[in-house]
Amino acid sequence: MRLILITILCFFTFFPVVAKIIRVTPGTEISSIKAALNIAANGDSILVSEGVYKEQNITINKSVFLIGNGLPILDGENQYEIVTVKANNVIIEGFDFINAGHSGYNDIAALKVINSSDVLIKNNIFVNSFFGIYCQQSTRTIIYKNTLRSNAKDEINSANGIHCWKSDQLMILQNTISGHRDGIYFEFVTNSAIENNNSFNNVRYGLHFMFSNNNRYIANIFRDNGAGVAVMFSNHIIMHRNFFSENWGNAAYGILMKEISDGDVEGNSFNRNTVGIYLEGSNRIIIRRNHFDDNGWAIKMQASCNENLVTENNFTANTFDVATNGSLVLNTFKGNYWERYEGYDLNRDGKGDIPYRPVSLYSIIVERNPSTLMLFRSFMVDLMDRAERIIPGFTPEDLKDDEPKMKMIRF
Amino acid sequence: MGKIIKYVMLDILRNRIVLAYMIFLALLGFSLFNINDNPSKGLLSLMNVVLIIVPLVSIIFASIYMYNSAEFIELLVSQPLKRINLWMSFFIGLSLSLGLAFFIGCGIPVLLFAANATGIMIIGVGILLSMIFTAIALLATVVTRDKAKGIGVSILIWLYFTLIFDGIILFLLFQFMDYPLEKAMIGFSILNPVDLSRVLILLKMDISAMMGVTSAVFNDVFGSSIGMMVALFILLLWVFFPLWLSLRKFNRKDL
Amino acid sequence: MIIATNVTKKFGKLTALNDINTTCNKGQSISLIGPNGSGKTTFIKCLLGMVVPDSGFITFNKQNISHDWKYREQIGYMPQIGRYPDNMSIAQILVMMKDIRKKTSADLDEELIEAFELNKIMDKRMRTLSGGTRQKVSAALAFLFNPEVLILDEPTAGLDPLASEILKDKIRKVKKEGKLILITSHVLSDLDDIISEIMYMQDGQLVFHKTWELLKKDTGEEKLSRAIANVMKSKL
Repeated sequence: MRLILITILCFFTFFPVVAKIIRVTPGTEISSIKAALNIAANGDSILVSEGVYKEQNITINKSVFLIGNGLPILDGENQYEIVTVKANNVIIEGFDFINAGHSGYNDIAALKVINSSDVLIKNNIFVNSFFGIYCQQSTRTIIYKNTLRSNAKDEINSANGIHCWKSDQLMILQNTISGHRDGIYFEFVTNSAIENNNSFNNVRYGLHFMFSNNNRYIANIFRDNGAGVAVMFSNHIIMHRNFFSENWGNAAYGILMKEISDGDVEGNSFNRNTVGIYLEGSNRIIIRRNHFDDNGWAIKMQASCNENLVTENNFTANTFDVATNGSLVLNTFKGNYWERYEGYDLNRDGKGDIPYRPVSLYSIIVERNPSTLMLFRSFMVDLMDRAERIIPGFTPEDLKDDEPKMKMIRF
Repeated sequence: MGKIIKYVMLDILRNRIVLAYMIFLALLGFSLFNINDNPSKGLLSLMNVVLIIVPLVSIIFASIYMYNSAEFIELLVSQPLKRINLWMSFFIGLSLSLGLAFFIGCGIPVLLFAANATGIMIIGVGILLSMIFTAIALLATVVTRDKAKGIGVSILIWLYFTLIFDGIILFLLFQFMDYPLEKAMIGFSILNPVDLSRVLILLKMDISAMMGVTSAVFNDVFGSSIGMMVALFILLLWVFFPLWLSLRKFNRKDL
Repeated sequence: MIIATNVTKKFGKLTALNDINTTCNKGQSISLIGPNGSGKTTFIKCLLGMVVPDSGFITFNKQNISHDWKYREQIGYMPQIGRYPDNMSIAQILVMMKDIRKKTSADLDEELIEAFELNKIMDKRMRTLSGGTRQKVSAALAFLFNPEVLILDEPTAGLDPLASEILKDKIRKVKKEGKLILITSHVLSDLDDIISEIMYMQDGQLVFHKTWELLKKDTGEEKLSRAIANVMKSKL
């Protein structure tokens, strides 16, 4: 990742050396960014000094480096889009975007990138935006170390932090996003990477994929979002080493997977979520070497899922390990560590000699009638679960781990 | 009144059953935490102890003690003492020693190994349950004169609160599955101190699952600090209501 | 001192006390006599407030005893069968009772404790005591607080002859002090020289309440047991 960054920075550095520097300072000859843009040529740098700039709809249609010095404030006065980039090879660095306009029918963003490539957005702060950063049909745009925070209350009157549509090869790195509708939103985006971001307290999803194939998100933190992370209608997504925690609520998930296939979920940590992973209509997903701890349901796998593999994961202190709504099981659970496993290992190969059935009778009852959760851990439910374990009648016959690990797996 | 409490407590503490109960709880607590390397798993096992054994021991011991003390009560009633004070002394003496036995037996291992919100909730709920089932035992003994019958009634009451009530709830939930029963569940849980206690512990222990569908309603109602207060208040009502009824009965009882 | 007016008590269908009216005064020693189940103990328990009458009322020193408890400070009660907390020793029982009744040691009458030689077995647990020894403890407790009224339910039952004599001596002594004494007993010969009045109950009714002298005159008998037998025969 760092290599790519350096390459791109080098790419910017090899621009024609004839470029000039234009300074924007309030009270001087060039006191507005718009004025500076008027006289700038491709490859010039515009240095903006400290101050508040209330310019409406700044449009950048030249390849310039727009650099803030001392965090100048760009104020959208709650009405306007602040900056729109319509050129390639643009850098926007070191600005404080505040009060971008909100709109019910227009996609107003604090910073919008349209039909451009090789744009770098770095070290900016976005406060109280509707859409924060909006990429539309852009390629190779890098969004790096920005902070976006808004105060969204509900889904209708809010918009996404980083919103990407029909784009390719984006890199979204080390940003902090909170208080938006979705932290990061991808629709028809391909070959992109989302790494080391921190997305929390967003009203809907921390990260949301729609129809976006061949992307990867790695080492992000998703905490306390209204509904966790959603990956829908997208194939070949790589999800590695992320942290999903405290995504609580009636429809909140660590990861919600809907109609996706060939995903790779590895090395993630799911802690204290209502549901760790929810799979619906998903095929050929590999869930491997993840840690599920203290979740309501570690995995909810609906009957519409096929050929998924759950292996070498740790399941500890979850209220329910696995829940499903059907009796036909076409997925494989193998070689996981289940804290609840009560079997033995006579031949000492580290694998339990009797299979573990992660679906309890009561989890099926709760699935059918959620109100019964009130009786959870009661004496009666305990008796029922034990009876079912001895004579299985309701739990799916094939949903079992034949090689449960005896000890927790260390990664 | 303080004197009678003192003598009742002395009598109970000399009785080896409460001591055995305390040691049993302590052994159980320490071994549960030692067997499970994860303290939250130990708490889970301990929760079952609190919700099943504490009510059982409290109600049975209290009713047997009351029947065995019938003559002692008779003696005291003939003394210049107020009946209310006498009865309250027995209640306080019993619930204090049962609560103390629970606190020492169960509370110390919990505080040593898992002094978190769940652990403290378990201790608090355990002490309240000791008091509630002592009060219910007092009511049972004042209503039924016959010892065997009274102890039978006590066991039935325990069975009702730990098993039968939940069975009825489960049955109702499936009978009326098509109706929104989320709010009604809160009403149901109030009707059973064991269920209410369990919900309170679950809100600390299984918070993640409790945030799902229905249970989010529970969290909305009992999860906030005001809701927690309300729930504790309801548990206290469960102490005072049977106690008040038994007091009324005892005041008019012929000895 | 004690006045019962229209006292009626029913246990289910059984009428234990039927419209009892009587007056007991200071200095009297009254023997409450009657067959088993005639309501003697129930009447005593009414006096002590242990049984609440269905109708009628009882006054103690002109105070209605219902909802009152302080008057019991002036009563010493020895129950038919005294049972105490199993795990307490005699000494602890005594300490507890003194504690409850808040009397200073100067006012205490410890004669019976000494006479029964309870001092030697003070540390024994109540559980280990024989029925007779428990009766001794009960008797000692009844007299301990120097009460104005003594209510003794079958006091000599279960006592050995020696202890029985000690107790009777004590009753005589207290009688001389001018206290009200109420005794039920079926061993009638015990009572001849102690009692001054006789209450005879049958089937919950107070058949008569008259002085011993009057009863002697009415029946022409010198011995209490014969006099009572006479009464019972004439009733039949």
